[in-house]
Amino acid sequence: MQTLLEMVGICKSFPGVRALDKMSFDLFEGEVHALVGENGAGKSTLMKILSGLYLADEGEIRLRGKKIVVTGIRQMIDAGISVIYQELNLIQHLSVAENIFLGREPRYAGGFINWKKMYADVDRLLKPFNVDIDPRAKILSIGPAFQQVVEIAKALSLKADIIVMDEPTAPLTGNEVERLFEMINALKKSGVSIIYISHRLEELARVADRVTIIRDGSMIVTKPLSELNTEEIIRHMVGRHLSEQYPVAEIPVGAEVLRVEALTKKGVCSDVSFSVRKGEIVGFTGLVGAGRTEIMQLIYGYLKRDSGKVFIDGKETTIRNPRDAVLKGIGLIPEERKKQGLVLGLSVFDNSALTILDKFSRFGLLRMKTIGDLVRGMVAKMEIKTPTIRQQVRYLSGGNQQKVVLSKWFVRNCKVYIFDEPTRGIDVGAKVEIYKLMQNLALQGAAVIMVSSELLEIMNMSDRIEVVFSGRIVKEFKKGEASSEDVMEYALGLHSRAS
Amino acid sequence: MKFNLRNTLKNYGIVIAFLIICALLAFMSPVFFTLNNMILVIRQTSIYGIMAVGMTFVILTGGIDLSVGSILALSGAICAGMLKSGMPLPLVLALTMAVGLGCGLFNGLVITVGRITPFVVSLGMMSIARGITLIYTKGYPISGFQPEFRFIGGGYVFGVPVPIIIFLGIVLIAFVVLTQTRLGRYTYAIGGNEETVKLSGINAGFFKSLAYVIAGLTASISALISTSRLNSGGPQAGIGYELDVIAAVVIGGTSLNGGRGSIWGTFVGALMIGVINNGMNLLGISSYFQLVVKGFIIIGAVLLDRLREQAD
Ligand SMILES: Nc1ncnc2c1ncn2[C@@H]1O[C@H](COP(=O)(O)OP(=O)(O)OP(=O)(O)O)[C@@H](O)[C@H]1O
Ligand SMILES: [Mg+2]
Repeated sequence: MQTLLEMVGICKSFPGVRALDKMSFDLFEGEVHALVGENGAGKSTLMKILSGLYLADEGEIRLRGKKIVVTGIRQMIDAGISVIYQELNLIQHLSVAENIFLGREPRYAGGFINWKKMYADVDRLLKPFNVDIDPRAKILSIGPAFQQVVEIAKALSLKADIIVMDEPTAPLTGNEVERLFEMINALKKSGVSIIYISHRLEELARVADRVTIIRDGSMIVTKPLSELNTEEIIRHMVGRHLSEQYPVAEIPVGAEVLRVEALTKKGVCSDVSFSVRKGEIVGFTGLVGAGRTEIMQLIYGYLKRDSGKVFIDGKETTIRNPRDAVLKGIGLIPEERKKQGLVLGLSVFDNSALTILDKFSRFGLLRMKTIGDLVRGMVAKMEIKTPTIRQQVRYLSGGNQQKVVLSKWFVRNCKVYIFDEPTRGIDVGAKVEIYKLMQNLALQGAAVIMVSSELLEIMNMSDRIEVVFSGRIVKEFKKGEASSEDVMEYALGLHSRAS
Repeated sequence: MKFNLRNTLKNYGIVIAFLIICALLAFMSPVFFTLNNMILVIRQTSIYGIMAVGMTFVILTGGIDLSVGSILALSGAICAGMLKSGMPLPLVLALTMAVGLGCGLFNGLVITVGRITPFVVSLGMMSIARGITLIYTKGYPISGFQPEFRFIGGGYVFGVPVPIIIFLGIVLIAFVVLTQTRLGRYTYAIGGNEETVKLSGINAGFFKSLAYVIAGLTASISALISTSRLNSGGPQAGIGYELDVIAAVVIGGTSLNGGRGSIWGTFVGALMIGVINNGMNLLGISSYFQLVVKGFIIIGAVLLDRLREQAD
């Protein structure tokens, strides 16, 4: 195989952080090369250097053996490098089609945009994904999973030689992931090289030819995947042996805390009923667009419901908005961290403390020391990688941002915690910590709901599994009662009565 | 090293620019650095400096309030009318501030409950308050007040003019509120990402409205000082003040997008505007020309802010 790309001795520092330290990486023609490492290891930074978004402090990039002097993004796109960034970069108020063809809109001779061709091209690009996305829909009206598909389609439309995918599967569920793998294999056959970043290590076996492991900004090892097993990969990533990916805990189950009855909203969900008891972790699974997130937002008062009742501790409660929900003891950890979970321009401290300020003030003044201690404790427990807690969260790596969203709610005592995709973008080591923290909440008597697209996580961490299909709960499994296949079948709607 | 210089410029750029302007003025006009002139500058600064403090809250939430000049006029006129009618001074002070507070509350509620952009609402309020002032005063200034009231704008405590004391007091209070209270922290957070704030179970609308209430309140406090100093409350008071006030906040480094800024920045920004106004007067620059200069300054400040954001 021929070497297409080489990055040698790349160094990059940010204030207080050495993100990359003599990092090396190479890519063969027509291979899929996985890049894995802990949160904050420097994966995204390396890719941003490759895309011309950041300039390296030191080091060299060679393309087909020729050294290139990087001047900016434009140059790298022209050189045939296309990057799907970890953080979605679509323009919210433009349509799907406009986003995909931004700056390259097909035009008539007169200069007017040829919308017909544009929409047709988009349909063609999206077809292989077999998803129902309207090219005319505005980005803000479609969920994160579909947005990811749009990003991928956009990268494909650029006809690049090298495509970088930074955690492309994080917002996707099984179905779309399969489609993506099919496309990756097709791309590979046509000679495109792919750099693939993911925290879902089980995916690597499906797509990757070689793996590079990065730790603290340096290359630890590059090997063909066949010469590494998952355990070794994890050990190289975290620098120690990880005993278990899914911790087990015996948690006594108590009285019912939350009960939802016949929750209905037109076009979103209908007749959803379930309950969660003290000490329980209930997992919600289903396809993208099945309505899991919306069900949770309805309970939380973020969306308005048409009908249905919510009971807390056996008493019916009215929840008109998130404020009511929080006062009644419900906390919702939202799915979209940048849009709903974080204030990017504020510090780690300010973000983590946002939910507890009302609890810690005296004579109107905040008890900064108490709050600071709480936050610092949580930052340490979650191993959030940041130079100080005064750092703006926008400068944190994706996984570390997610950890901030979680700490924000871990520091507040709630009766019911609803986690919507809690471990999205989080590395294997930190996931274990988060599972333990969730179990700890349950142990202290909280009721925990976990919405997740990661089937393994759902299978291993939930005491009960609710499968959602097309806005309804179609099946409930107790722990150990079903195999992943069983769950998938219900998630795909294979067992739902024809309606 | 290179990075340090950049950071210093980023954080202390306004202070440095301020000192340079002061040095230039001292060089060009012998009067500038006299104690009398310094006191004059700060005293004049205090009127829109106080309003700039309120405006800082509003801009931090990502909003804007164009009505502060008109609110100043309305509170000033009503204050003058009440004084003339012989109402006791404490009651007059309280009611005047209530006028500003009420206007601010109206702004805040329409913006948050009615979900109308702050620009439009405050533009409307700018006209409403000015109109009511004209109706109330029938277009003529109301003047001639008792000495106790004149103390607010013209008095001294330990040799320091009262307006300066009020100004510094308000800056200090605002600093504490912004850094040490829920209101302050939420103000920043709302400007950064209102959605996140709401989803964190915080009544974002309430705290956002409060910013406008504070802006209205500070406008009426400035009205007290200005009415007292001029010994008159007139329909023409405060015209064009929103420009100076917004300029002070923006020059002080508060981002018009919200979520970023500080009260000290506003303090220096207000002083900067004061010094520039004073300097142009000392140098005999015509008031027409001054408007042009100030317009450019405000655009320049926003441009600078944009560059600062891009550098991040
Ligand atoms: N613009 C920036 N300013 C300051 N620090 C930064 C910036 N970008 C990245 N960093 C820091 O550099 C380190 C590497 O970040 P990077 O985003 O490359 O991590 P990552 O390997 O992609 O992690 P994740 O798996 O969480 O996405 C982190 O500690 C991060 O905080
Ligand atoms: Mg990353």
